[in-house]
Amino acid sequence: MKLDSKIPQGPLDKKWSEYKNHIKLVNPANKRNIDVIVVGTGLAGGSAAATLAELGYNVKAFCYQDSPRRAHSIAAQGGINASKNYQGDGDSVYRLFYDTVKGGDYRAREANVYRLAEVSENIIDQCVAQGVPFAREYGGLLDNRSFGGVQVSRTFYAKGQTGQQLLLGAYSAMNRQIGRGKIQMYNRHEMLDIVLVDGKARGIIARNLINGEIERHSAHAVVICTGGYGNVFFLSTNAMGSNVTAAWKAHKRGAYFANPCYTQIHPTCIPVTGDHQSKLTLMSESLRNDGRIWVPAKMEDAVAIREGRLKPTQIAEEDRDYYLERRYPSFGNLVPRDVASRAAKERCDAGYGVNATGEAVYLDFASAIERYGKEQARIHHMDENDAKLVYKLGRDVVENKYGNLFQMYEKIVDEDPYTTPMMIYPAVHYTMGGLWVDYNLMSTIEGCYVLGEANFSDHGANRLGASALMQGLADGYFVLPYTIGDYLANDIRTGAIPTDLPEFDAAEKNVRGMIDHLISNNGTHSVDYFHKKLGKIMWDKVGMARNAKGLTEAMAEIAQLREEFYKDVKVSGTNESFNQELEKALRVADYLELGELFAKDALHREESCGGHFREEHQTEDGEAKRDDENFAYVAAWEYKGNPSEAVLHKEDLVYENIKLVTRSYK
Amino acid sequence: MNLTLKIWRQSNAKEQGKMVDYKIANVSPDMSFLEMLDVLNNELIEKGDDPVAFDHDCREGICGMCSLFINGEAHGPDRGITTCQLHMRKFKDGDTIYIEPFRAKAFPVIKDLVVDRTAFDKIQHAGGFISVNTSGNTQDANAIPVPKHDADRAFDAATCIGCGACVATCKNSSAMLFVSAKVSQFALLPQGKVEAADRVLNMVAEMDALGFGNCTNTGACEVECPKGISLENIARMNREYLKASLK
Amino acid sequence: MAKSALLKSSLAKKYWMALTGLFLCLFLVGHLAGNLQLIFGDASAFNEYALFMTTNPAVKVLSYVTYISILFHAIDGIVLTIQNKKARPIGYAKNNAAANSSFSSRNMAILGTLLLVFIVTHMANFWAKMHFAEMPLQKVEVKVEGQEPVLIYKTVQQQAIPVNAVEMGQLEVKGTQFFQPGTDLKVADGYKDLHKITVEFFKNEKTGLIATIAYVLAMVVLGFHLSHGFGSAFQSLGVNNPKYRGCIKGLSFIIAYVIPALFAIIPVYIHFFK
Repeated sequence: MKLDSKIPQGPLDKKWSEYKNHIKLVNPANKRNIDVIVVGTGLAGGSAAATLAELGYNVKAFCYQDSPRRAHSIAAQGGINASKNYQGDGDSVYRLFYDTVKGGDYRAREANVYRLAEVSENIIDQCVAQGVPFAREYGGLLDNRSFGGVQVSRTFYAKGQTGQQLLLGAYSAMNRQIGRGKIQMYNRHEMLDIVLVDGKARGIIARNLINGEIERHSAHAVVICTGGYGNVFFLSTNAMGSNVTAAWKAHKRGAYFANPCYTQIHPTCIPVTGDHQSKLTLMSESLRNDGRIWVPAKMEDAVAIREGRLKPTQIAEEDRDYYLERRYPSFGNLVPRDVASRAAKERCDAGYGVNATGEAVYLDFASAIERYGKEQARIHHMDENDAKLVYKLGRDVVENKYGNLFQMYEKIVDEDPYTTPMMIYPAVHYTMGGLWVDYNLMSTIEGCYVLGEANFSDHGANRLGASALMQGLADGYFVLPYTIGDYLANDIRTGAIPTDLPEFDAAEKNVRGMIDHLISNNGTHSVDYFHKKLGKIMWDKVGMARNAKGLTEAMAEIAQLREEFYKDVKVSGTNESFNQELEKALRVADYLELGELFAKDALHREESCGGHFREEHQTEDGEAKRDDENFAYVAAWEYKGNPSEAVLHKEDLVYENIKLVTRSYK
Repeated sequence: MNLTLKIWRQSNAKEQGKMVDYKIANVSPDMSFLEMLDVLNNELIEKGDDPVAFDHDCREGICGMCSLFINGEAHGPDRGITTCQLHMRKFKDGDTIYIEPFRAKAFPVIKDLVVDRTAFDKIQHAGGFISVNTSGNTQDANAIPVPKHDADRAFDAATCIGCGACVATCKNSSAMLFVSAKVSQFALLPQGKVEAADRVLNMVAEMDALGFGNCTNTGACEVECPKGISLENIARMNREYLKASLK
Repeated sequence: MAKSALLKSSLAKKYWMALTGLFLCLFLVGHLAGNLQLIFGDASAFNEYALFMTTNPAVKVLSYVTYISILFHAIDGIVLTIQNKKARPIGYAKNNAAANSSFSSRNMAILGTLLLVFIVTHMANFWAKMHFAEMPLQKVEVKVEGQEPVLIYKTVQQQAIPVNAVEMGQLEVKGTQFFQPGTDLKVADGYKDLHKITVEFFKNEKTGLIATIAYVLAMVVLGFHLSHGFGSAFQSLGVNNPKYRGCIKGLSFIIAYVIPALFAIIPVYIHFFK
């Protein structure tokens, strides 16, 4: 099958409006007869479900959590971008579009990104109307802040909880429709397969997580909004339950998986402390505005620190290596996420890492405290040479800006970041790759739409801060409601889809077979045992820096581990009960397949771009080397029974409005 | 650290449950409380026992999924955090730790420490929203200025994560703090004022129908709330409700 | 909606609880003002006050409101407590409630029940006697210079009715009224001597000390009840915000600690110093 991105003709800035003017519509009376399934209730799923229900479709929404409000969009901290230009600093739709494409290292689809930038303004209007309490200035108008990789202030925020507030906005819109009976909500349900009838997505098989019932749900279209797959690394900033299952099942039924290897490793996370670790916690990117990142310049100091014989505050200024400032003088500590992460890894690999595991660098606020303190002393006409006073004043300023983050750090690490530098290390955060979709957000399965982080479309090889929230809501509120109508207009005479079709029988049998195997396997190791092993392979060989040898080994090791898993996993309990081990086992089974495809994709992409860094493709001073001539395409993989045998389809990326240049932060 | 855990075990909603003792050894003080339970569960699984079911998801204190009543307090002895942010360094070697589910008639146990909190969703269905279409065809976001003070207080109320610690803590299993946080968020913003009367009447009626207890102003909810939602919100809701009932 | 909301909802129950509670606090202030005359006034002043309280029509209306308030406050409290118990069918094996709430706030029902018991005995001891029982009438000594003091009944009409006149049958006493013997001709109204009853109650050789202790304990209970109840009423009525908080706290201190303390001082004073 040839990939058709269905990008509308015409000039970039007219594509979306022209498209909307010419699509087919479904009249309100007919919408009542059309069912849509939405899987996942984060920003993308929640906003899509609410909007489709409001338009009049019958929506069935599914989430594995006990309430749609708990989807992991809730954990996003920093903010949401929109080209409102409220600050009058020269922002525009074009600039947001340009920054996003450039930030994605020129691996995103122009038309999609432009549309995203266009509807970004509507998002803010919509959210304010819904009662989302964005930060405001004293005049009562909305406040903005600046984020990494851009030169304007276009980020709207609600303290460090923007994702939470936006999700609760979408959740409230859903609640309105649930109250009206237009959305049927299925909490604690997990989609375990998608059902195709005559090649079209017509339903799903879902497991009721409370009693283990395997349920059939039919609809005229299926919308997958199940987020990213960062948990393939076991340790990530994702929620414990975040999974690839829905997307992977769709992939196995015919949806192509695009660019699985594009993963964002976030530089400022709290480091791993031991084997018991289950989860990594992100510290907001905003900390890099004031914190300076360093490791000891002398190996003996690094060793002494690791062994607990030396404290970071005892190391003299000249014995510190502020490696980001050294390597990237013009951007310093504010280089993009991928660059900062790789630089930290490089230092730790060279043996300069600082905590007991050797995998941590310092994020130091001492100079910020001093700088702010002196400034305050001058403002208030106090003695700026009084070190104690300066420290106190400066500490107050830092506390005002980052107090909640510092407190969070102290709770977890049990060290006071005001007096000793924070320790940070990169961690898996976001996956730019996902199911391939066309301009309509439809996957290669007809009638199966994919929104938000679950699709691949808008962030290229690297996502900019505050863009994920924008994309989720844009897809759900403003894009899908139009594009899905164009498809469903053909279904007004179809009538309800029966769930006793042989296709449903087959899908259910498939799911039951898998569950029976896992339950009756009676192996020796828990699911986590395998998940941790997979995570280690992924992190060591498919992590921040990749090479052909490691990737080839990883593919073999993952295949081997998968085999072992099916032979030796132990899942306690039964299917017919609340069984968290079974839930995990089903998710890990899919990660064990995805992981291999992930490595295969990374192996085939013989270039370095964004979050994908191949050691073979770097400049002499260790910077990423992109290959636009050979790799300016989307790699969409078709399932062929085994991840290693997946077939590659290419969608060439055509840039008509932007000139491809090398990203440099020197 | 070596610890004794007294954990509520209940195989499903219908069965009766009981407290069961477990010993756990070599607990690192750097572990989070839930990681300690992960370790326990792994030991149980490898021994062929049924692991302890407990709710959790984001493990960074924002999704509101984790619950647990630890040593007689919702989310344990520390303040301003959820269970997933509680660390073992808050305990001492040799301690006995009671771990129970959040208890309320409106939160029936599903299994072990997992409870059903859909009652909270139902209250939101009754009015926890502003009736605005999601078309994006609203007025410009800056068309209605909102005083910063009001916006900040609305935000403070909106930070509720819906974990249910307030209900679990309240001796009456009252949901007032939860409901009042939503009522307050919207009552403080001009966008929400239009429907304020109906909203508060409907949400309170639903809250009462679901079997939550009455507020007796003990203030325990505010103390145990991981997000520090203030009792002022309850006062505001009482005010809003009085206004609405007199209309 | 609105009407049933004000009668049935959980919030409405709290409004009524708060309103009746606050009214009872007002009653306490009035009651205390009268009682303090046991220390600062003489018997006449106290008995005049007692008569006023039992006969003035406005006070009568208020007293009915008080009875209703007490009943409503108690019944509402019982209903709330039953509902609240039902809201948690299975309790905790370990509940460290002291970590997050005050003793009083958690035990309002028990404190309230103790107060109800106190109110019933208190009314039986004083209120019922004043209203329904035959009571001695107040006598005062009149001294005229150079003569033996004369004992007369104190009357509303300021008419001197010598005690021996009644004893000799020159006047007849029915209830608190003096009549010409054998006729309906009322001469004057006497004062029930509640003062004497009260003083004797607390100075009684056998039971006075117990009564005093019981009374003081009841006031401690009242203090606990009010220390949560008074401020709580404002919260229930929605009048709690940072602006008023200081004021409510101050008032709460007076209502919860000063008033019960003053009440408690009276029997102690009578028992030990009168």
